[in-house]
Amino acid sequence: MLRTLSRVSELPIVVKQLQKNAAQSGVAKTNNYATEATVQVNRPFKLHRLDEGPEMTVQLTKEEALKYYTQMQTIRRIETSAGNLYKEKIIRGFCHLYSGQEACAVGMKAAMRDVDNIISAYRVHGWTYLMGVSPLGVLAELTGMKSGCARGKGGSMHMYSPNFYGGNGIVGAQVPLGAGVGLACKYKGNGGMCLALYGDGAANQGQVFEAYNMAYLWKLPVIFVCENNNYGMGTSSERASCNTDYYTRGDALPGIWVDGMDVLAVRSATEFAIKYVNTHGPLVMETNTYRYSGHSMSDPGTSYRTREEIQEVRQKRDPITSFKELCIELGLITTDEVKAIDLKVRKEVDEATALAKSDTELPLSHLWTDVYSHNLEKKIRGTNGFDIDHIQERKGVNH
Amino acid sequence: MNMFQAINNAMDLALEQDKSALLFGEDVGFGGVFRCSVNLRDKYGKDRVFNTPLCEQGIAGFAIGVANMGATAIAEIQFADYIFPSFDQIVNEAAKYRYRSGGLFDCGSLTFRVPSGAVGHGALYHSQSPEAYFAHTSGLRVVIPRGPIKAKGLLLACIRDANPCIVFEPKTLYRAAVEEVPTESYVDELGKADILREGKDITLIGWGTQVHVLLEVAELAKKEMDIECEVIDLVSILPWDTQTICNSVNKTGRVLIAHEAPYTQGFGSEIAAYIQEKCFLRLEAPVKRVTGWDTPFPHVFEPFYLPDKHRCLAALKDTVNY
Repeated sequence: MLRTLSRVSELPIVVKQLQKNAAQSGVAKTNNYATEATVQVNRPFKLHRLDEGPEMTVQLTKEEALKYYTQMQTIRRIETSAGNLYKEKIIRGFCHLYSGQEACAVGMKAAMRDVDNIISAYRVHGWTYLMGVSPLGVLAELTGMKSGCARGKGGSMHMYSPNFYGGNGIVGAQVPLGAGVGLACKYKGNGGMCLALYGDGAANQGQVFEAYNMAYLWKLPVIFVCENNNYGMGTSSERASCNTDYYTRGDALPGIWVDGMDVLAVRSATEFAIKYVNTHGPLVMETNTYRYSGHSMSDPGTSYRTREEIQEVRQKRDPITSFKELCIELGLITTDEVKAIDLKVRKEVDEATALAKSDTELPLSHLWTDVYSHNLEKKIRGTNGFDIDHIQERKGVNH
Repeated sequence: MNMFQAINNAMDLALEQDKSALLFGEDVGFGGVFRCSVNLRDKYGKDRVFNTPLCEQGIAGFAIGVANMGATAIAEIQFADYIFPSFDQIVNEAAKYRYRSGGLFDCGSLTFRVPSGAVGHGALYHSQSPEAYFAHTSGLRVVIPRGPIKAKGLLLACIRDANPCIVFEPKTLYRAAVEEVPTESYVDELGKADILREGKDITLIGWGTQVHVLLEVAELAKKEMDIECEVIDLVSILPWDTQTICNSVNKTGRVLIAHEAPYTQGFGSEIAAYIQEKCFLRLEAPVKRVTGWDTPFPHVFEPFYLPDKHRCLAALKDTVNY
């Protein structure tokens, strides 16, 4: 599955592209290592109601390669740690892991500009990290501690940061919100757009279609992203959806199918989509991916699919391993650099994990803090036995 | 049997005895997240027990359509917190079908099973108790079991009842206790409260998980203060058993209502208002409510939010010493 420069010579179109690139920058090398390379995306895009699609041939610099690898590896590490904390009963309740899907978030984030926004569902630990929250902020939120990005008040699924309108616990509920964020971008004229993410399970919620329709009518800069990991909880997409080509389900909305295990393909598709939605209005992007864990921690993830299936994806399509091998083969990253990153990531996440365990909870007063902006009455009702005044502490980042 | 097994047993009987009965919901084919429908697909086939897509509004509408044709629909909403997308279908379609068609059509053979309530670590969207929202809607029946025997009897009663019913199953009770549940079919009377402990000094009213808290409070009150509590499991929210409650309050003159849902417009409000209207001259103290707080359902602060035995006991002392 490697897409090296030598291999692409089998593809005549790419050779042409390469020759062109070689004439311009090509593979620039210093000290025998490449600093930039031209790469063909792994699998072709599929298009719905589009004459032209995203670039199949993309540039990758050393700096970018190091960044994407570090980001994907950090997400994987955070999720492994979250899984362990759950098994130790330090994380209680709900915990939905993103392992296997890293290339989706990292690819989209790589294409996002400062003015762009994203909203997603409950599988958001990776996105939270990419949107600027430290591994400690993610893990401590899961353990309910005060260093959590929502100060431990939300726990699993409830993570937010500027331009990241959060995780959401209700399946599909975030999609119309994403359309609303897109409407605000358009109204403000700031050139931004919104990525509204949902899974293949949520793709069957009625409000998703309501959002498509409004976004199309008003030409909103929204990319509806269906992260299709093939299973909505314990039901495979074929058994839940009459049409599993999720990129075509916007009807009048154009769509792109992209290999969600290929970070560069996701980046290329998102770059295309950002330009498209800012000019023409919304489109649907399906990132075809796979989750290694169960839906949540209470789901072993093996009652509705085989262990062999999971193992095969891990071995043949893992987004991190394949990207690492590609970068090494291209000479963009050395094995030593990979080792150094792995060590650094492990150390950072291990330290964050230790802190997420030893951290303290917010004081109890936060049970009645920030219920309202200006509670019209001083007291919180229903607190018999206690005499409790509502506290207002924070002002949202959106004000 | 524990409660999830009793529910499984009830559905097994319903599917066996009523060939028109269908069971569906998110992941129900695999047994559901709480295992209530385990093995039923194998036994009755995937035409009768099946998974739906994740679309609660669709599930509710679909169930109403099934019931419209006279077939029996048992629909599971995976968590009570997810019932709100189907709120419109339940409140505007299911509840009013009979009335608005002049009695020509109904969807009475419809039952929603809805896991609800606090579970220790559910946070905002896996802990809520939304019974009061539905109590506001004539045409529905709403019940909440306190344990395995009751769960089976109520579920079978709801399935057979000719009105759309909602059973809120306190999910923390699914595996909490084992009871000797009769294996044959039986039904509980809908709309009837149970007096679980008789007493002369104060009436304690709760439902679902809270019943167990109140029983413990009654024991503590007896031990610490020699107060005789009458503990009533309301069982049925809509309609609720005004007779049993008023008889008890007329006897004790004091009453404490406890529920997990928030204070304002919790179902305790309705009970309190009714009691003051009907038992005014017999009341020795104001009707007391111990409830969840008027805040969103918290994550790490859940133990403080819930009307636990300490808060209930303190409120009981206030009421007795009023």
